[in-house]
Amino acid sequence: MPPLTFPPFSATTTVMPLLTIRNLPVRGLATAVSLDLEAGGCVAVMGPSGAGKSLFLRAVADLDPAPGDVRLSGEPREGMAAPRWRRLVTYVASDAGWWAERVGDHVAASPETTGLLEAVRLDAGALDWPVARLSNGERQRLALVRALVQRPRVLLLDEPTSALDPAATAAVEAVLAQRLADGGGLLLVTHDPSQADRLARRTLTIGGGAWTISP
Amino acid sequence: MDYIPLSYGDVAIASLLVVVNGLLSLALDLGLERRLAVASARMVVQLVLVGMVLTTLFALVSPWWTVLTALVMVAFAGREVMARQERALKGWWAYGLGTATMLLAAGVVTTLALTTQIRPDPWYDPRYLIPLLGMILGNTMNGISLGLNTLATAAVRERAAIEARLALGGTRWQAFGPMLRQALRSGLMPIVNTMSATGLVSLPGMMTGQILGGVAPQEAVKYQILILFLIAGGTGFGVLAAVLGGVARLTDERHRLRLDRLGPLRKG
Repeated sequence: MPPLTFPPFSATTTVMPLLTIRNLPVRGLATAVSLDLEAGGCVAVMGPSGAGKSLFLRAVADLDPAPGDVRLSGEPREGMAAPRWRRLVTYVASDAGWWAERVGDHVAASPETTGLLEAVRLDAGALDWPVARLSNGERQRLALVRALVQRPRVLLLDEPTSALDPAATAAVEAVLAQRLADGGGLLLVTHDPSQADRLARRTLTIGGGAWTISP
Repeated sequence: MDYIPLSYGDVAIASLLVVVNGLLSLALDLGLERRLAVASARMVVQLVLVGMVLTTLFALVSPWWTVLTALVMVAFAGREVMARQERALKGWWAYGLGTATMLLAAGVVTTLALTTQIRPDPWYDPRYLIPLLGMILGNTMNGISLGLNTLATAAVRERAAIEARLALGGTRWQAFGPMLRQALRSGLMPIVNTMSATGLVSLPGMMTGQILGGVAPQEAVKYQILILFLIAGGTGFGVLAAVLGGVARLTDERHRLRLDRLGPLRKG
C-alpha cells in the first residue's frame, strides 16, 4: 500500500478510503470540495438543478481540468494514465452519448453483459437494437450496463434512474446495491431523497455556491 | 511552341459577357451586379499584378525571391483556411495549424516533383516552382479547410458521444475515431471527385492552357496526370496532418475534450 503524503481527512480514519478527494475546485462553488468515499460506500449528491453536481462528478472523473488531489486507494490520479483512471472511476452522464448505430457496438456480448441486461430488466437481445430506437429509459439502463461491464471501482452516476418507472428503478438500485456489497464505491447524483436514503449513508449537498456533507 | 497571342481588344470582347451577366442581374433583380463588377475588377488587377511579379521572378531566377513568393502564397492560403472555418480554433492555432500543415504538405510534394520528375535547372526555377506550388496549394487548401471544418463541427455536435467514450476509458484517438474519419473523408473527397470526373466531365485548366499554348495533347495529358497525382498526395498529407493536429488541439494530454479551445460559431 503506498504511503499517504497528505493528512487523513478524519483523525479517526484508520482504513484507507477507496476514493479520496481533497481541495477539488468545482465551477460555481466558492470552496473546493474534500470528501472520502470508503469501499462499499455511497454518497448521494443532492441540490438544485444547475448547482454544480454534474460538474463535481466530471471533475472527479478528470473530464474537466480541475487541479485538486484525487486518489483511488491512495494512488493519485495524475500518477496514472487518464484512460485507466476513467476505467476505474467511471462517470455515466444522465444523457450519455452513443458513438455507433448499434447497441452491441458499444458493449461486447458476454455472459456478464447478458446477466446485467436481465438484472436491469432489459431484453438480452438489446445488443442487436439500433441506438436510434431506444427509449430514454432504455438508453439510461444500457449506458449503466456499458459502464458496469468494465468493473469500475467507483461509479459516478448522474441521475441514473430519472427516466425509469418504479420497477426499473428498483432493479437498477438492486444492481447498484450489489456493487456496493462487492466493495465498489458510488457517488450518486439524485433528486429523489428516498433513493438517497435507500442507497447512501451520507449526502453531499451542493447549492448556492457552497457544499456541505452530512452526517 | 505555337500559340495564338491575344490582344487587349480580344480580352475586352470577352469581358462583354460579364457585362451581359450584370445586365441580367439588374433585369432579374438578383442584386449581384455590384459584386460581379468588383469581382471582375479584382480578378483583372490581381492577375495583371501576378503577371508582372512572375515576369520579374522568371527573369531573376533567384532562390530567395522564389522562396519569399512561395511563403507569401502559403501565408495567404493559411488566411483563407482560417476564414473558411465555421468554428475556428482560438488564438494562433486558427491560423497556425492550417498554414503549417499546408507548408509541410505542399512544400514536400512540390520539392519532390521538382527534384525527381520535372527536374528543371536550377531545381527552384520559378517558372516551374511557382505555378506548381500554386496548383498544389490551392487544392491542399480546399482539403484542409474542409477537413478542419468538418472536425470542429462534428466535435461540437457529437460532444456527448465523444465524452461517453472518454468517460469509459477510451483514449482521445478512440473517442474521436468516427469524427476523424469523417473529417478525412470530407477533406479528400474533392480531389477524388476531380480525378473521377477529369477527362469525361471536365478538361482541367492546366491541360487546356498547355494545349492552347501549343503543347501536344499527349504531353499536356502527361503533365496533367502528374499534377493530379501530386495534388492528391499533397492533399492527403495535408488533410491528415491538419486533422490529427486538430484532434490534438481539441483534446489535452489527459484525454479531455477541450471545446473551450474553439471559437464561437461564425455566421454566414
